[in-house]
Amino acid sequence: MIAAIIRRAILLGIPLLYGSTGEIVTEKSGHLNLGIPGIMYVGGISGVIGAFLYEQACGNNVENMNAVLAILIPFLCSVVGSMLMGLIYSFLTVTLRANQNVTGLALTTFGIGIGNFFGGSLIKLTNSEMPSIVLTKTSGFYSVTLPFADDLGWFGEIFLSHEFLTYLAVIVALVVSFVLNRTRVGLNLRAVGENPATADAAGINVTKYKYLATCIGSAIAGLGGLQYVMVYTDGVWSNDAFGDRGWLAIALVIFALWKPTMAIFGSFLFGALCNIHNYIDGLGVATQELFKMLPYVVTVSVLVITSMRKKREHQPPESLGLPYFREER
Amino acid sequence: MPTAAIELKNITKTFGSVVANKDVCLTVNRGEILSILGENGSGKTTLMNMISGIYFPDEGQIFINGEEATIASPKDAFDYKIGMIHQHFKLVDVFTAAENIVLGINDGKYNLKRSTGEIRKICEKYGFELDLSKKVYTMSVSEKQTVEIVKVLYRGADILILDEPTAVLTPQETQKLFAVLRRMRDTGKAIIIITHKLHEVLSLSDRVAVLRKGEYVGTVETATTNESELTEMMVGHKVALNIERAEPVDPKPRLEVHHINCSNREGVKMLDDVSFTANAGEILGIAGIAGSGQRELLEAIAGLQKVDSGAVLYSNPKTGKMDNLTTKTPLQIRELGVRLSFVPEDRLGMGLVGNMDIVDNMMLRSYRKGKSMFLERKGPKDLAEHIIEELEVVTPSAATPVRRLSGGNVQKVLVGREIAASPTVLMAAYPVRGLDINSSYTIYNLLNEQKACGVAVIFVGEDLDVLLELCDRIMVIGSGRITGVVDGRTATKEQIGLLMTKTDGGEPNA
Repeated sequence: MIAAIIRRAILLGIPLLYGSTGEIVTEKSGHLNLGIPGIMYVGGISGVIGAFLYEQACGNNVENMNAVLAILIPFLCSVVGSMLMGLIYSFLTVTLRANQNVTGLALTTFGIGIGNFFGGSLIKLTNSEMPSIVLTKTSGFYSVTLPFADDLGWFGEIFLSHEFLTYLAVIVALVVSFVLNRTRVGLNLRAVGENPATADAAGINVTKYKYLATCIGSAIAGLGGLQYVMVYTDGVWSNDAFGDRGWLAIALVIFALWKPTMAIFGSFLFGALCNIHNYIDGLGVATQELFKMLPYVVTVSVLVITSMRKKREHQPPESLGLPYFREER
Repeated sequence: MPTAAIELKNITKTFGSVVANKDVCLTVNRGEILSILGENGSGKTTLMNMISGIYFPDEGQIFINGEEATIASPKDAFDYKIGMIHQHFKLVDVFTAAENIVLGINDGKYNLKRSTGEIRKICEKYGFELDLSKKVYTMSVSEKQTVEIVKVLYRGADILILDEPTAVLTPQETQKLFAVLRRMRDTGKAIIIITHKLHEVLSLSDRVAVLRKGEYVGTVETATTNESELTEMMVGHKVALNIERAEPVDPKPRLEVHHINCSNREGVKMLDDVSFTANAGEILGIAGIAGSGQRELLEAIAGLQKVDSGAVLYSNPKTGKMDNLTTKTPLQIRELGVRLSFVPEDRLGMGLVGNMDIVDNMMLRSYRKGKSMFLERKGPKDLAEHIIEELEVVTPSAATPVRRLSGGNVQKVLVGREIAASPTVLMAAYPVRGLDINSSYTIYNLLNEQKACGVAVIFVGEDLDVLLELCDRIMVIGSGRITGVVDGRTATKEQIGLLMTKTDGGEPNA
């Protein structure tokens, strides 16, 4: 029972982990990307489009589908889709120095609009009775798990029973953490986010770092959308079903104090908190909503505690949200 | 004959119509410390910025090690092994010293441990005391400066430029820095230090180059010169400006400052036991090197700066009583008629809101007077139009955002607004900075009019010629202390120049 709850919490937490790892990369370059919900949504629908086209091309027959292609095509589509969103964001905020908050919020609205537009169009193409697209065949490939996990009892269920996107999320978070803290690229990136003028004076290409961090961060975040569609909902896309996961991912960045390793545990905790209402008996519709509030309550508490402790390492990058222009004094 | 590390030939740099450097020729040799001496705005920093690649000279040549060099960016300067330590440190606060030092250098595989070892060697060689794993935000100013110096050395610089390195240091820290600089000189590095402290020049450098108003005055051997010769080279001869100056009418003490002390946020003392009296119907000039505490002094009077100890007494002409301003809020002080038309480095910074139009900026001072819940626009509008007409502000209309006006017009708007409130004390800091001759005279006339009306005017200026012609008395401030008060009618530039560079109270030669 407990193992099942933990497994479920991890499953729910993975989109958040992708989202917040991506956002951490972006924020480390000094850009607060509030477009993450939209980017994750686009990441999801891009994967759906890729999967849909591949399934169509194979005549909707699992026999004709190649496992590698069935995974690779939606995966790449998702990465490209969300990267394009990141490119829009970085062009506006880095090159044109537009206000980051406004741009991010606009991008969220835009991304959800795009997602719903293509989602609606695909639903129409399938002539389905239901307002959703069903991609169970592709989802089947994404949901492959280690065959021997079931034989290992609770250990297997907690640690080995997951889909590859789950392990990938943890690996990506660990890699990002390593890059940020142990490599020259990471040092340069952190310098850009903390004090772009200093980084510039040290000969670091600030614009390049900002662009790359935003686009790579967006690609990582977009995978969260892909995991949601292909694994969590078993390949069923319905418009607006993604909910507030994007905002939770941004909250998780604050909760994790801009550390990807913290985000791993934070995402599992958030996953558990999001799900806790299902395990408590006798909750009405109204009281369930109160429980769904928990991740935000935890985030606010973390903010309050870290603000009170005033430890500089726990603060956001110093120039987060500020545009950088060399000639400005 | 030592080898010349850098030779500048006829360097000229202009910003718009302002000539920052004109025909400057300089030579720095290896194993030598050269001081560059000059007043504020004499072009010292501009010149050094050209060597370090921040600006590009309009005319002239730079030779490095005897070969002509083009330095178009900080990276070029770095390639020529030139390292500049700016007055404002370029460090990442949450990084450790070591991380800051290796930032941006690509020397093979990233290995902080190995780099730390190399940095430690440099520290030992020159005698720096530095904890490399310490985070910058926990460091003192002097430690940060050490990080900056080690940073340029780690990058292999053998020509070092330090822009006013002692401005932020305590005397002990300064001595330590000088010891390190001498050691670097002895290892054959060329060092240029920008300063305006005469005693440092004399104790540290081998030669001194003097700049005055962008022009190169000359270079002298430190061993053969003395303080008064350098002062004369620095301030030059008096220039007549013909600013009218009426005899003060019935001067009475209006503002008495008693022994005030102030510290800035880092806890560095900015004002040290400052006492003086400002009289009504008189212009009191304040002269001093930039950053000697002028800003803090004015802000302390206006109630914007916390005073650690001491009192600011205001003789209220209405009640005839003395009020202690240090116990009042800025708003109460304003109501008494103490007006600060502060023109800080950034003109719009403290007085006006750039995106608001002239009328709205007038309203910033009067919105509390309205009786209904809606804003009263009529009065401010009339005032704005009055100022535009009286002071000949060049603007398309009163509804133009202040940000779009030229510097002189912005200043006219600001000073005009403060004068319109019929103040009893008017403080103006650098009100003519960046203005052309005509606008400057308009401002001088405004100040003179206020003086004639019996206002106590405090004028912080940087041009000694102006101070000498405009002010009745000139108070000189150096490192937060009053180093002297002279009569504006009889004082000489050399006298003020010496007082400005005198730092340790009575001893100029400390």
